Amino acid sequence: MATKLEELGGVGVRLHRREDDRFVRGKGQYLDDIKLPGMLHMEILRSPYAHARIRSVDTSRAKALPGVVAVLTGQDLAAHNLAWMPTLSGDTQAVLATDKVRFQGQEVAAVVAESPYVAKDAVQLIEVDYEPLPVVVDPRKALEPGAPLVRDDKPGQTTNHIYHWEAGDREATERAFREADRVVTLETHYPRCHPAPLECCGCIADVNPATGKATVYMTTQAPHAVRTVFALVTGYPEHQIRIVSPDIGGGFGNKVPVYPGYVVATAASLLLGRPVKWVEDRTGNLTSTGYARDFHMKGELALKGDRIVGLRVRVLGDHGAFYADAQPTKFKIGLFHIVSGSYDIPAAFCEADGAYTNKAPGGVAYRCSFRVTEASFLIERLVQTAAYELGVDPAEFRRRNFIRRDQFPYRSAFGWVYDSGDYHRALDLALEKLGYARWRREQEEARRQGRLLGIGIASFTEIVGAGPSHTFDILGLKMFDSAELRVHPTGKAVLKLGTRTQGQGHETTYAQIVATELGIPARDVEVQEGDTDHTPYGLGTYASRSTPTSGAAAAVVARRLREKARKIAAHLLEVSEDDLEWETGRFYVRGSPDRFKTIQDVALAAYTNFPQGLEPGLEDVCYYDPPNLTFPFGTYAVVVEVDRGTGQWRPLQVVAVDDCGVRINPMIVEGQIMGGLCEGYGIAAMQLITFDEQGNCIGSNFLDYLLPTAWETPRFELYETVTPSPHHPLGAKGVGESATVGSPAAYVNAVIDALAHAGVRNIDMPLTPDRVRAALESVGLAE
Amino acid sequence: MEHRITVTVNGVPYTAEVEPRLLLVHFLRETLNLTGTHIGCDTTSCGACAVLLDGLPIKSCTFLAVQADGHSVTTVEGLARDGHLHPIQQGFKEEHGLQCGFCTPGMMLVAKALLEENPDPTEEQIRWAISGNLCRCTGYQNIVKAIQWAARRLREPAPAGR
Repeated sequence: MATKLEELGGVGVRLHRREDDRFVRGKGQYLDDIKLPGMLHMEILRSPYAHARIRSVDTSRAKALPGVVAVLTGQDLAAHNLAWMPTLSGDTQAVLATDKVRFQGQEVAAVVAESPYVAKDAVQLIEVDYEPLPVVVDPRKALEPGAPLVRDDKPGQTTNHIYHWEAGDREATERAFREADRVVTLETHYPRCHPAPLECCGCIADVNPATGKATVYMTTQAPHAVRTVFALVTGYPEHQIRIVSPDIGGGFGNKVPVYPGYVVATAASLLLGRPVKWVEDRTGNLTSTGYARDFHMKGELALKGDRIVGLRVRVLGDHGAFYADAQPTKFKIGLFHIVSGSYDIPAAFCEADGAYTNKAPGGVAYRCSFRVTEASFLIERLVQTAAYELGVDPAEFRRRNFIRRDQFPYRSAFGWVYDSGDYHRALDLALEKLGYARWRREQEEARRQGRLLGIGIASFTEIVGAGPSHTFDILGLKMFDSAELRVHPTGKAVLKLGTRTQGQGHETTYAQIVATELGIPARDVEVQEGDTDHTPYGLGTYASRSTPTSGAAAAVVARRLREKARKIAAHLLEVSEDDLEWETGRFYVRGSPDRFKTIQDVALAAYTNFPQGLEPGLEDVCYYDPPNLTFPFGTYAVVVEVDRGTGQWRPLQVVAVDDCGVRINPMIVEGQIMGGLCEGYGIAAMQLITFDEQGNCIGSNFLDYLLPTAWETPRFELYETVTPSPHHPLGAKGVGESATVGSPAAYVNAVIDALAHAGVRNIDMPLTPDRVRAALESVGLAE
Repeated sequence: MEHRITVTVNGVPYTAEVEPRLLLVHFLRETLNLTGTHIGCDTTSCGACAVLLDGLPIKSCTFLAVQADGHSVTTVEGLARDGHLHPIQQGFKEEHGLQCGFCTPGMMLVAKALLEENPDPTEEQIRWAISGNLCRCTGYQNIVKAIQWAARRLREPAPAGR
């Protein structure tokens, strides 16, 4: 028999998704599906050069083409003080280039036309006279004396150095290294990659000349923050700006920033008094919008016996032409100082420098909580390296250095307070399910036969769910989030939130939370997000923050309504509130369970028969400022076989144990984990945005920027442990990014493990066949 | 320079004057307002724009509308019949074969062509058949299960009385 929560579709139920009905019918409404009367189309001219001075821009031929309504250049925007805009990291970024172009693909001019085909034609007719300048694409070279200066627009900027940043205790860490009996070092590059959601970015700006209302439909993960940024940057009154984020075809961090195209389209609509649609093509997406990673990292572990006593990390961040990382204001490299990972390390220090290069700006958190991915990768690779140097099994070395269950809440050497965890249990479960001991024996046997098997482990800890507001803000906006719940007279409800789903299934999972807390069936709860005129303020969906923030807000607001409902139920049953007991969906009189009122009875009474003196209605709003972040964790274990001839490698088994606390919808959680394991595989194996010496982007389309298909993507075996978050109202933690964060190290550790007996310690990602082949040759393993 | 074409889309013939360079995907999306067919890459790589031409999958972002003249096109809007979901659509719901939904129409149409040619495909055959379609959300495993679900349903004998 189905339980009450199963009937309601409550927390823990594998409820089918409500949003699927429209998507499987092709009736989703993505940005490009929206058409407004009189709508114009915009196309952007991009720079073919990575670094060049703009001598002149001649738009006359483009303007003369029939169907062209306007051509905008940087000079046109400069007249309105819009040629530059602030970035999410306190820098500035060109909207349309005025002085020079600083990366290939940079926005130079825009055509607005009656049709998209005409707009594309006209862009080809714009004549730009460029004077090419020396190019720098390597951040190490960018910091050498005499390097081409990327940001000569910034007063006082005489080098390509952006920042120096430190975290942890330098002195204590130096002491730990002096006293260590062994130091293990790993240098590696986490390469530049791109989130590449299947839907590119775009917007439709509709500034109504009669009312002045600016409605902008936009592929954004953070509509409310965008509205405020638009208001602050342009001075346009905020109540006259409405940002609508329609169905989004994947985001993965790529749809957090404000891009030049959004600004130009809005300016064009304002100038022309007509709606203007801009949808970038894939090359525009890959060459100009938020890339991810591109960190050169050096990590060192100080060891005493088999214990880690110190961690020292140096990072050089390549930020491209504009420092535009999407991250909390306080931190220069996001939450990278989670880099001590799952390990009890008494002393740790991290320092980082950032450099400008002639590459696209971005630094978005690609399915990642602000640089956690780079940090997790480094520590998991480093720990494996240390295990080899010590001659200890990598799993056993982890076990000896994990933070123990009884140490939670645990304060790391960098000051983070981990909420809960049980790392030994997750590792043991993963090894058991993998058949670790058996694979180790098979690895030995295979080596005798001349075959190379490798076993890789990653025991990651994430840090997700920003706020709390005392530490986290974006451009000054504190990182809380919100939920507003209205229960209508007939017991049906609308839940509105400050977040925005991009495939995470919010329309289903948030309704499950209300079902659990209030007993209203999930199917009777409509979830709304993404329209700033109709939803409460919030910072949006990225960095696995929706469940920790808006999910918590949904639970809290539902509980508040339950308390109000208790007053109404007491009135209806003519008893004191204290005489009522709650069980999901109804209040009954203690001792007389037959005397009860359902939540639906109460909802009707809230509008028809409420006690005098009580405010009518049944609705409330909660702005939830989380007391701490949540720290999901797990262990991924991968077995690969490496081909000694071609350098190709193939996963033979992938086991994932995830602990994200209480799972609101296990089906959706598992879906997100599998998606992350696939993206992690892509990052480890093939996804690379790189540049030649002239700054030409290699990886500007899906023929060059490889993404995993169903054919090579491995099969995944998923398991779970449940360690609830002690501070989240439901005990839940964020999970959307765990597998992208944790799995690249598992794949790479597996390939390295196959070659480690011959002395290989590192191959930089992506582990393409040529790189693996070179490593095989270097140790005489190549066939 | 416009060309008069007649294309049967989801069983309905449409006649229109089109530019010779008009892509089929734009004909479907802009001329016919069938926006369920998506554009993901412009280079025949991702399959978001996949539709069936006379029953076989093509990528409509690199196919001219004039090439479809006289042919029959099936889009995602043509899968459901009389309001009832096609088993492939049901399978994607049942097995959580979609997240953001952007790749889903193309995936389902490619799956339809596969199952019509091979009603009982192996997992390998399914993975090969959809390897021209990218999905960034699911990791493919549930898409494979969704297609297996649909294959099972389609092989079941029709209920009596229908």
